[in-house]
Amino acid sequence: MKLTKIVSVAALGLATATASMAQEDSSEPIVIPIHNWSSQIVMSHVVGQMYEMMGNNVEFVTTDSQAVYESVRLGDVALELEVWEGAFGASFRTALEKGGLHDAGDHDAVTREDWWYPMWTKDACPGLPDWKALNDCADIFATAETGDKGLFLDGPVDWLKHGKERAEALDLNYVVKNAGSAAALWAHIGAAESDKTPVLVFNWTPNFAEAVWPGEFVEFPEWEDGCDTDPAKGPNPDALYDCGNPADGYLKKAAWDGMKDKWPNAYEVLTKISFTNAQIAEMAKLVDIDEYEPEEAAQIWLEENEDVWKAWMPEGAT
Amino acid sequence: MADLAVSTPARDTAATQDRVLQVLLGAALVLCLAKPVLPDFLVRLPEAWIPPLAQWLDYFFNVIVIDTLHINQLTRWFAEGPLEFLLGATANLLEGKYRWPYLDDPLPWSSIAAVAAVIGYYLGGWKMSLLAGGTFVWTAVMGQWEITMETLSVLAVAAPLGFAIGLVTGIAAWKWKSFDNAIKPLLAVMQTLPFYTYLLPAVIFFKVGPTAGAIATTIYATPPMILMTTIGLKKVPPEIVEAGKMAGSTRWQMLTRVFIPSARTEILVGVNQVIMLCLAMVVLTAFIGMPGLGGKLLAMMNSFKLGRSFEIGITIVLVAIMLDQLSKAWVVKLPEHHERGTPWYIRHKYILLAVVVFVGFFGLAQVVEYFDEVGRRQSLSVGREMDKVIKWVLDIDLIQAITGGIRYVLNVWVLIPFRNALLWIPTSAFILLMVAFAWGVGGKRPAIYAAVFFTIIAFTGWWDRSVITLYSVISAVILSMFIGIPLGIFAARSAKWSRRMLIICDTAQTFPSFIYLLPAIMLFGVSDVTVVLSIVIFTTVPLTRYTIEGLRGVPPEMTEAADMSGATKRQKLLSVQLPLAMPTMAVGFNQAIMFAFFMVIIAAFIGTQDLGQELQRTLAGTDLGKNFVLGINVSLMALTFDMALTRWAAKRKEALGLG
Repeated sequence: MKLTKIVSVAALGLATATASMAQEDSSEPIVIPIHNWSSQIVMSHVVGQMYEMMGNNVEFVTTDSQAVYESVRLGDVALELEVWEGAFGASFRTALEKGGLHDAGDHDAVTREDWWYPMWTKDACPGLPDWKALNDCADIFATAETGDKGLFLDGPVDWLKHGKERAEALDLNYVVKNAGSAAALWAHIGAAESDKTPVLVFNWTPNFAEAVWPGEFVEFPEWEDGCDTDPAKGPNPDALYDCGNPADGYLKKAAWDGMKDKWPNAYEVLTKISFTNAQIAEMAKLVDIDEYEPEEAAQIWLEENEDVWKAWMPEGAT
Repeated sequence: MADLAVSTPARDTAATQDRVLQVLLGAALVLCLAKPVLPDFLVRLPEAWIPPLAQWLDYFFNVIVIDTLHINQLTRWFAEGPLEFLLGATANLLEGKYRWPYLDDPLPWSSIAAVAAVIGYYLGGWKMSLLAGGTFVWTAVMGQWEITMETLSVLAVAAPLGFAIGLVTGIAAWKWKSFDNAIKPLLAVMQTLPFYTYLLPAVIFFKVGPTAGAIATTIYATPPMILMTTIGLKKVPPEIVEAGKMAGSTRWQMLTRVFIPSARTEILVGVNQVIMLCLAMVVLTAFIGMPGLGGKLLAMMNSFKLGRSFEIGITIVLVAIMLDQLSKAWVVKLPEHHERGTPWYIRHKYILLAVVVFVGFFGLAQVVEYFDEVGRRQSLSVGREMDKVIKWVLDIDLIQAITGGIRYVLNVWVLIPFRNALLWIPTSAFILLMVAFAWGVGGKRPAIYAAVFFTIIAFTGWWDRSVITLYSVISAVILSMFIGIPLGIFAARSAKWSRRMLIICDTAQTFPSFIYLLPAIMLFGVSDVTVVLSIVIFTTVPLTRYTIEGLRGVPPEMTEAADMSGATKRQKLLSVQLPLAMPTMAVGFNQAIMFAFFMVIIAAFIGTQDLGQELQRTLAGTDLGKNFVLGINVSLMALTFDMALTRWAAKRKEALGLG
């Protein structure tokens, strides 16, 4: 437990420094939720270690990435560091309406989720990334079950990606199938890797997969506001979902309403925190490629990026 | 003549039974053939007829249970008070979480491993000692110590809780017949309810994280403890009871000094079951935020690290085998009695030894860091190398050609047509077919239940998804019969191979099924074949196990008689051994179906369109009502099979004069 000892010694020193600040944070642990993808876990540990340096107690709890907004709302957890527009926007908005949590600002990073292919696919279908090339290449994406139609492996149903609707709206000759989990998507790409079989799957950025399998998003007709509610938007005048997803979706932080009063200093820091795409990718890489444990990865990231995070810390703490 | 008089009514009933079966099948066939002209409600129930069960249940939960009775405040108090205190205490000792008793450092791994080895030696000699100590050494040097302790710190609370609740409920059921009758059906439903249905209420009532994980684990693990306690107490011989009464025992003394010690063996078997079911929940509770081995496993799978997830799987198997063997050794071990005047250090030599090694390694750990904690960089994990091996194997052209062929043939020619056929059958005809099955196998009572259960399923509005679930289960069980039964027959030919095969069965059963889902997808893609084959891996185990046990259990007189009458090996197997083993094999068949209903829900992880997919979806929200309706559907289908097959096995046993 050497690591923790160093941290706690440092924390003790800093705790005396924070004592000079106007308001005291509660000594109760700040509960930070972690999910099942690396960048979010490392980012949570980075922020957690920053809080510990400020003299706070921190605890981590693993939760479902959709159900977490209910937990933030109830104050079971204090905050959420990665609110993806595409994936969690709906759950976030629902919880926002019910009350109990609020928007604590955007990260610098932008997110994108859409139909994606690993680079080797382009050799077999050179017209990509333009979506109009998809129909010409449908047969190279065919599998035993899909006949002469191509297969697009969409994300799990509960991600609500409307892949089927888009295939219909744009008259794509594809069967859209829902994977049961993110892991199933990776297994599908992993199986295609060795003999460079062309595959078309749902993917997002920032994500560890970019480092393992370089690839590109399919360029669909650009997103217009209302594409999911107004048939007139997008190239097909009679259909919804005939656009790509927004190419620059937000990545937000969310906070429990009570956090501001209970841990005012920690809350202040949370509002200042803003990571970039490159920083998030770096965090994911430390775990996914370099195989560090998330705590160690957070430690390393903090050591290597002092100028970044120190600017967010309260006056006395650095 | 006397013989004939007895057998005529029997023959009569058999004839009526056949006639009923023919009528049922005939009616189903007519309904199928008449499908084009059938009124709509016989094909599929119209939407308008389907009662909004989920809304009613939601109302029940939200308005009555939560807003009016405030049950959630009670459960939350329990979760945040006593439960969290216990979990915090074990977490502080094992992984160093900042809670009472506020030890700075968790206990060093070497101390725990050494104490485990002493306990192993006490219970079962050197072999057990090696297994217990070795398991802990393995987790430490593989760099999984912390996550293993996270898991164990929750199990250390959940398992005793399950034991206590099970014991008390079991005693109550034994004492009061009406209570026993009331909980019997409840227990049957609980044992067939898919685990996702335990998870969501656990989160809502007991807060996300270890508390919900502990509660869901406890609820899942308790039913067998209740059943075993009741069975054990009922079996206590009257002479012992008499002796207790003659000694003038009070009722409390009768219970604690006479009944419970006499039922010791059954109660300990219950303890063993509790432990094994707790371990089965390790990965599943990770879905509701339980930290530890399961959570890490899911995180590893989501970043596509097959090797590391495989290593975690091995740890789970080792921990399971260790706890299983230790608790079984405990069942066999009888209390030791010492001569009067034996010095205290002899009487308590094992406790003393445990204290000595604990303190010894604790001291050593303060000096040598390695014995306190193994860092990630020091660990012997070979995850990355294993990834390469797995990918290399999956890459072999021959393997790909074979799996490609299997995928095509099974999917396009067998599975998909079978699924479409099942979905084509009108609801009314389907219910009749299930009733006919239950009638043919089990008789009247199971048939009535089948009719009621499947009608309920039709009225929940999840008919198509239920049929798809059933399709995966049936396909998998049929396929695994082709594998499991021949394997069992082969292994049963010698004692050595029987033993080996049973060990393989144990391992396969405790290995977390999530891990082989990813290689399965890589081999067969996201398709029905993958779903069915991953169920097959799980369902083959009980078929093999009970085939072996059935065949080995055939009385030797019978096989000798067959040998003497000059039967060939084939004749002996087909006409003597297999028929006699049938009732036992039916138990295995039944268990295979129960396992399939369990696994088909997990297969939602691959990508399905059945009840499992919808269940997985409810986990992300707060739809308690929908979650419950879906769970009940799975449970009702499983119970239909369970009742028919159990009844059949019992009847056969009676007819063969085996029971």
